[in-house]
Amino acid sequence: MLRLIGKRLVGALPSVIGVLIVTFLLTRALPGDPAAFFAGPAATPQAIEEVRRALGLDKTLPEQFVVYLKDLSQGNLGNSIATGQPVLTEIRTRLPASLELTLYGLLVSVLIAVPLGVLAATRPGSWIDHLCRVMTTAGVSLPAFFTGLLLVYVLYYRLGWAPAPLGRLDIFYSAPPHVTGLYTIDALLAGDGGTFRAACAQLLLPVTALAIFTLAPLARMTRAAMLEVLGSDFIRTARASGLPKGKIVYAYAFRNAMLPVVTTLGMVFSFLLGANVLVEKVFSWPGIGTFAIEALISSDYAPIQGFVLTMALLYVALNLAIDILYIVIDPRVGFES
Amino acid sequence: MSAVPVLAVDNLSVEFRTRGGIVKALEQVTFSVNKGEMVAIVGESGSGKSVTAFTVMGILDAAGRVSQGTASFGGLDVLQASEAVMRDIRGREMSMIFQNPRVALNPIRRVGDQIADVLLQHGNVTRREAPKRAIEMLTRVRIPDPERRAKAYPFELSGGMCQRIMIAIALSCAPKLLIADEPTTGLDVTTQAAIMDLIAELGAEQGMSTLLITHDLGMAAEYCDQIVVMHAGHIVEMAPTAELFAHPRHPYTAKLIAATPKPTARLMDLAAIPGNLPDLRAAEIPPCRYSARCERRQSRCDQALPYVLGEQKGSMVACWNPL
Amino acid sequence: MTETLKHIRYVLTENPVTLFAFSLFGFILFCALFGPYLAPYDPLATNGAATLKPPSGAHWFGTDALGRDIFSRVLVATRLDLGIAFFSVVLTFAIGALAGIAAGFFGGWVDRVVGRLADTIMAFPLFVLAMGIVAALGNTVGNIVLATAIINTPLYARVARAEANIRRNAGFVEAARLSGNGEGRILLLQILPNILPILMVQCSLTMGYAILNAAGLSFIGLGIAPPTPEWGILVAEGAAYMISGEWWVALFPGLALMTAVFCFNLLGDGLRDIVDPRRRT
Repeated sequence: MLRLIGKRLVGALPSVIGVLIVTFLLTRALPGDPAAFFAGPAATPQAIEEVRRALGLDKTLPEQFVVYLKDLSQGNLGNSIATGQPVLTEIRTRLPASLELTLYGLLVSVLIAVPLGVLAATRPGSWIDHLCRVMTTAGVSLPAFFTGLLLVYVLYYRLGWAPAPLGRLDIFYSAPPHVTGLYTIDALLAGDGGTFRAACAQLLLPVTALAIFTLAPLARMTRAAMLEVLGSDFIRTARASGLPKGKIVYAYAFRNAMLPVVTTLGMVFSFLLGANVLVEKVFSWPGIGTFAIEALISSDYAPIQGFVLTMALLYVALNLAIDILYIVIDPRVGFES
Repeated sequence: MSAVPVLAVDNLSVEFRTRGGIVKALEQVTFSVNKGEMVAIVGESGSGKSVTAFTVMGILDAAGRVSQGTASFGGLDVLQASEAVMRDIRGREMSMIFQNPRVALNPIRRVGDQIADVLLQHGNVTRREAPKRAIEMLTRVRIPDPERRAKAYPFELSGGMCQRIMIAIALSCAPKLLIADEPTTGLDVTTQAAIMDLIAELGAEQGMSTLLITHDLGMAAEYCDQIVVMHAGHIVEMAPTAELFAHPRHPYTAKLIAATPKPTARLMDLAAIPGNLPDLRAAEIPPCRYSARCERRQSRCDQALPYVLGEQKGSMVACWNPL
Repeated sequence: MTETLKHIRYVLTENPVTLFAFSLFGFILFCALFGPYLAPYDPLATNGAATLKPPSGAHWFGTDALGRDIFSRVLVATRLDLGIAFFSVVLTFAIGALAGIAAGFFGGWVDRVVGRLADTIMAFPLFVLAMGIVAALGNTVGNIVLATAIINTPLYARVARAEANIRRNAGFVEAARLSGNGEGRILLLQILPNILPILMVQCSLTMGYAILNAAGLSFIGLGIAPPTPEWGILVAEGAAYMISGEWWVALFPGLALMTAVFCFNLLGDGLRDIVDPRRRT
């Protein structure tokens, strides 16, 4: 199994190289003069020339690529014009906020979607089956930013159940001591129940918005996979052996049905990371999405490049994790063909 | 010899609800299996053999419904029994093995664990004993190197090996009745004989009865005491094996026997049976569902089907104009 | 042909949801075509006397902070949103289908190159890649169309590749080859028409996704510039008013967006039933 995992790690290399090339090309594809772009809107011609040399834009493309890689290996992603900080520092401080949102979004979405899909498949035609069908079709049609706004209106403005959509913590609380960067976990580690609850309250609406958007493909896949597995021959064998229904549904059908669901997780992550950007904007969440949007508006290019690169590498890593999870649960991987 | 049969199916009818209307998949099916006997149900695909087996096991599709009849298993009508009772019987007193054994096993569970699951459910074994008992079962079905094979997944084993695992699962709790639904389909010829020999031998050892479902009349003749011939949901004829082959009385049986390859037969002797099974969805199915294909058809064939008992015990033919 | 029509009629009558989706599609198309002529107000005309008015008889969807009629703005935006999605899907179709068919049909290095390119695009979270592309190429509607097309291409390429691969040695292809047709000709005249129905299903499903994607991009301020009415921008403009209770500014454009995406998703499922009844889930 270790050999297989090693193989997958090597297999992810082309993706990483592809990501590096594309992010590099995106920089060079800038309309007009990249040097002028990087120098900022108020730069003099002299400053632009300086930037051109500093960025190595007078060299050939392959040479520039090598320089780009060298910079990357030293963690140099350029500086943000708006804040004057190195992009890497900015991303590093903001990434935990985004990760916390994404991970809770995924967690909630899985916790709802998988049981929903299983129940729908084991009770075809029942109300829960119809509910599942409506939710899966409606869920993918609801843009996460719109759901977020509706939630804000109903749960904050109307009912007052949720706090104002303004970041990770209410202003009366201070951030817990930094350990993981995830406020909920850091607050628990610090034994600070009040901050933990406050962080959860801020997470409630954005996480719900993300979960609604991403649970659709998961629930749909779970339902379809369960239906297919429940109709398969080995389930009939299990029934003919007098195994109880619980054992058949969970130990036999569910584990098999999870295989295609795990594969779907890759697509779900793609959805989730994209929706994250939009939801961050709605909830003024201080994550890398908001950072990128601010940079986009001020045409601050280095942060955008850093953002795209970070997200892509994160996504490659997540896909790798999914592959490894698959190897762990399916003994057949690597033996086929 | 005239003891109470292990399984007595009486007047069983089963319907399926489909998009195209109600399909009368079984009508008035009556037969029995005695202790220690091996009985075959033979017929083409679609004749209702497997539906009969699934009904008796109580694992019929949700679309299927028993409209009349009883199936008495050791005095209990399994068609009326609750799901809890049936679950206790299945795998313990009445087991089943299927065709295509490679897909009939859970692909991502070790085969030893799959045997252990059934033992834990029915076999009065502890969690610690179960793996050992599973390995014993593997030895009984003659799987070499059972300790290692118990840890294998189905995809690592051959089809014949998987069918042995299926047999080990089915026989792990020493059932009174084994239903074998085309157990050799999808296996190569030498493996087929080995599997059938194993079923016959283990059955004899335990005094178990076997209901063999097959389309292969030759195999039925070789292993079974009694043969039930089905056509389009009806039993058209049944008789002890020797008698059936010596004096087939239903025209369909005669055709089936003629269509079975024998070492002595020449290719041109193998008769094809003309026509197809009738559409069982049609509102007006003729009383004799073979009549449209029958060369011996008479005008009275449009009357209700007669069930003519033969001289020997257990022989019957459903025909107005038998051979 | 009559068989196909019969089957379509069967699917429509059997599944009222599909019929509903088709009707909804007709309605949206109507709005896109005739919206600008039907709008009761000029979508750009401001009115200082009627700012942030809730829905009423005069303004069905209310008015925004500048007193513009939201109903007119939502209605007029249909053409732009649908147009962006439509052109991006056409572009995706052209690139993705051809590349995929070529990959599946020729195999070998063509297959490897197409596969590698598709994998590289798929290595990005798609919306993030679209953001990067628009940021790099420039903030225009054309680039939104392009970015949306690029991120959807791998899906088409994969479907087309799989379908073409199955058919590369099918009987009708062999027959065409034996009668002296070149490979390129076979590809365009034999393979493409055969897998067109399956790709059309994909088209409908990606239409929904393309609308979402384009609206998302404009929601964060990319592509279309205010005051042009576009659903994503309209929602963004209304976002700030959600916490002060003027719900209608964002709600109606959001609902329009949702309805359109919902319609194309339903339509895709319905078309799939028509094209391939076996793939129903």
